[in-house]
Amino acid sequence: MSEEIFLMKGNEAIAHAAIRYGADGYFGYPITPQSEIMETLMAETPWKTTGMVVLQAESETASINMVYGGAGCGKAVMTSSSSPGMSLMQEGISYLAGAELPCLLVNVMRGGPGLGTIQPSQADYFQTVKGGGHGDYKLITLAPASVQEMVDFVALGFDMSFKYNNPAVILTDGVIGQMMEKVTLPEFKRRRTDDEIREQCPWATLGKPANKKPNVITSLELDPYKMEINNEKFQAKYKQIEEEFVLFEEKNCEDAEYILVAFGSMARICQKTMELAREAGIKVGLIRPITLWPFPTEVISKYASKVAGMLTVEMNAGQMIEDVRLAVEGKTKVEHFGRLGGIVPTPSEVLVALKSKFDL
Amino acid sequence: MSTNNIIDPANLVYAKPELMNDADMHYCPGCSHGVVHKLVAEVIDEMGLREKTIGIAPVGCAVFAYNYLDIDWQEAAHGRAPALATAVKRLNPDRMVFTYQGDGDLAAIGTAETIHAANRGENIVIIFINNAIYGMTGGQMAPTTLLNMKTSTTPNGRDVYENGYPLKITDLLAQLQGVCLATRQSVHTAAAVKKAKKMIRKAFENSMENKGTSIVEIVSTCSSGWKMTPAQANDWMVENMFEAYPIGDLKNI
Amino acid sequence: MIQEIIIAGFGGQGVLSMGKILAYSGLMENKEVSWFPSYGPEQRGGTANVTVILSDNEISSPVVNEFDIAIILNQPSLEKFEPTVKPGGILIYDPNGIHRPPQRKDIHVYSVAAVDAATEMQNQKAFNMIVLGGLLKVSPMVDLEHVMLGLKKSLPERHHKLLPMNEQAILKGMEIIKEEQVPA
Repeated sequence: MSEEIFLMKGNEAIAHAAIRYGADGYFGYPITPQSEIMETLMAETPWKTTGMVVLQAESETASINMVYGGAGCGKAVMTSSSSPGMSLMQEGISYLAGAELPCLLVNVMRGGPGLGTIQPSQADYFQTVKGGGHGDYKLITLAPASVQEMVDFVALGFDMSFKYNNPAVILTDGVIGQMMEKVTLPEFKRRRTDDEIREQCPWATLGKPANKKPNVITSLELDPYKMEINNEKFQAKYKQIEEEFVLFEEKNCEDAEYILVAFGSMARICQKTMELAREAGIKVGLIRPITLWPFPTEVISKYASKVAGMLTVEMNAGQMIEDVRLAVEGKTKVEHFGRLGGIVPTPSEVLVALKSKFDL
Repeated sequence: MSTNNIIDPANLVYAKPELMNDADMHYCPGCSHGVVHKLVAEVIDEMGLREKTIGIAPVGCAVFAYNYLDIDWQEAAHGRAPALATAVKRLNPDRMVFTYQGDGDLAAIGTAETIHAANRGENIVIIFINNAIYGMTGGQMAPTTLLNMKTSTTPNGRDVYENGYPLKITDLLAQLQGVCLATRQSVHTAAAVKKAKKMIRKAFENSMENKGTSIVEIVSTCSSGWKMTPAQANDWMVENMFEAYPIGDLKNI
Repeated sequence: MIQEIIIAGFGGQGVLSMGKILAYSGLMENKEVSWFPSYGPEQRGGTANVTVILSDNEISSPVVNEFDIAIILNQPSLEKFEPTVKPGGILIYDPNGIHRPPQRKDIHVYSVAAVDAATEMQNQKAFNMIVLGGLLKVSPMVDLEHVMLGLKKSLPERHHKLLPMNEQAILKGMEIIKEEQVPA
């Protein structure tokens, strides 16, 4: 039997994927352009089928702390928001990282700063991959470029967060959240039983069995020497993730004279730019970082000495370009093109920018 | 009475609840926290909920509550305990979930989480220690600090024009339909301790019967923060705190 | 084969749902499809538009700045999108409420008096299906059979009784669309 193909928005896809993954809980607060995630969950009433809890919280602050509570029980829990709401969640995200709790966060980015606009943006790159909250921590960050990847990265994000006991983020934007594309959805997975959770997450606070010591979920350690050891443990884990979990996509880089580097929706737009450029006789390739942290440094470094230049294309004032430049280490010219405040650049606009930045 | 007579189980009049471990408490002499910890431990023991209970610790003096009671704990960010408890209870509806919070945690930085958890009628227990001062950070004004009361941030006394009025948050919570029990107790005499324990037990029973949110406020002393001896602090509490925060049930259905 | 289409008009005219039905119809023919709307407050009473792409191959960018076909349902949208039609492309508009008709001579311009036809049919809701019918007449990118399947898929079950009325509206649109000669 062939899989059924659905046509749905990226936001709706996230909701369906979460139910089918066997997620235990979603806690969120409405904000444009991602409210369809909670609306879809509420319409699907998963508490009647898989037993998934869906709750509209009083604020993003409450949502992220509900996620902390659920994650502390070893449950597969998630929240979603858009940029201003994510800012409000940064405290809780730092605590989640500090307590090494697995969870899935979805940020459907909009233009800022401040209340900004509800139109698409990628200006939360720094906030997400450089740590928006306090302390030295990292978030596993996935950047989907299609509605299908919105589906796929729910499972991948949860799996990676449980593998490494670390929050994972789907960092996307209003384009992918609002657009409809074809998707296939995975089979329904049942939620884990408490016994399975105790097996997989021996640290979970589900009530202390008689023969066991209590579990305590905390990020607190007043003794700085011990706190330094905790931090060293986190850093060792981050290093391990950097070695084990880097995803990217490259297109037409082998013969490329110029490479576009873009993530998420901008990678789709740049793919078209690449097609237009090649029609015009300019050999352009595309590298799409899929994990923004860990960043695909190696592949960018590999092509740095082979091309005449790289152009990062982002819907921000130049954020990922810093990681590209670190990877390139001065071996080629790296330029940035971006639109700000909610404007989505078009493929031909990017081509014009490429030509002007490199005098083509 | 010889030592042997004293340790004869027949002569036992008082024992540490099993749930409490032997860790040395960090609380100051005369602090109410130790007594309330003991009451919570006794109730959990007596109700046989040891393997079913998950406690949520606050930020404040009780931040280390998890060091003293041998149950599973989560340590929350400042003020967020009711949000954690909401998720823990909803995801584990057959467990006993309680928060243990001070006045700053519950009635200042966490007011929104407190009110909304209670308004949703989450089947959780909130143990609220009101000593009208920030103990952990060194005696600053709390939302419940009495008028004219001196703290390190109100050195001339709390002034209504500058700082507003003492927040009677349990009275406020009692108005919410999600709340089934809102009571104010103290632990300064043996009789008060007995009554407080009875209400904590009632709160735990409510929670296991899914009756809604139960709030047990304990009007407490902070001898260090108040700069008094434990005995003076008890007297001062009776003379001053009970007027603003009268002992008794505000709601019990 | 790839068709890049913009549908633009007032919020509430059924712009987004027309795009959705078109996308579903493409899905029924195993085409690659994307549907990218303008979103937010402009949906409510202001201008709304949606980019629909139907393609035999993988769709790279869901956001494009030139269109093969523009379907224009109000004056502000005409000002905005007439210049974005590729030379040789198609512009379809409803003359109702248009006080400055299309000017370009390097594209094919069609009019479909869908507001009038819907009024005649005593069914304002048929408006966008009449326009869709016009589109399918001048650019038969999907079979009517697949459009009906797409409609069925995009409508909630409780509205399936409206399917025959929608088919009628599509046929009406096919009948009334006509090419306009842009005066020299």
